[in-house]
Amino acid sequence: MAEMAIKKKRPKNLDLPSIRLPLPGILSILHRVSGAALFLLLPFLLWLFQSSLTSPETFTSFQQVVGHPLSKIVLLGLIWFYMHHFCAGIRYLLLDLHKGIDLESARLSSKIVFAVSIALTLIVGAKVLW
Amino acid sequence: MVNRILVGAHYGLKDWIIQRATAIVMAVYTVIFLVVIGAVGPNSFESWRGIFTNGFMKFATFLFFVSLFYHVWIGIRDIWMDYVKPDGLRLLMMIATATVLVGYAGWAIQILWRM
Repeated sequence: MAEMAIKKKRPKNLDLPSIRLPLPGILSILHRVSGAALFLLLPFLLWLFQSSLTSPETFTSFQQVVGHPLSKIVLLGLIWFYMHHFCAGIRYLLLDLHKGIDLESARLSSKIVFAVSIALTLIVGAKVLW
Repeated sequence: MVNRILVGAHYGLKDWIIQRATAIVMAVYTVIFLVVIGAVGPNSFESWRGIFTNGFMKFATFLFFVSLFYHVWIGIRDIWMDYVKPDGLRLLMMIATATVLVGYAGWAIQILWRM
């Protein structure tokens, strides 16, 4: 019985250009993309953390690396990814607790996630990078 | 052929809970870290290092790293399960992910305790 239910044909729409992803959907895929990007850049971040703490000399080279315009852009992107993952994650924890699961609140909370994570990125970026 | 039904029996519930528990640990640490940075305003090697030689922050940072690597394991494993269909390749990706994460954990501990 249960096996039949699993094998039942379900309708699929794989015509991707015809799908308009709503904001909570964009939030969701960005949650995954940001997590994957942070994972891929973990060695870079651990290396930065290490050079910032090892000795005054490595700290100076850490400051030079972080001060380079290219790393500033990469780090600002990573801060945004972190903040997005953080804010979207809190939203998911609230959804797990059945807070804000109706369509209207879910749309509103996804707007809040984008606004807060971008604001936090600008504040932290301004403090730390510039 | 596996004869059990792979839904409805709480397979993966443990990982689901760990993913959320580690997220909460990291979220709390993030707030503590930002408050400490804001309060100390580190502008030199000594003041920056002083944050992490402090016993509480060293302990909290260690907990953050442990949570981070476990959280990353579950998240990246889910990505491989969603997109990598050939079993052999998927297994290889999972082993590679677990291997680098264990390595990163050793590296992070070394950074914190060599100071």
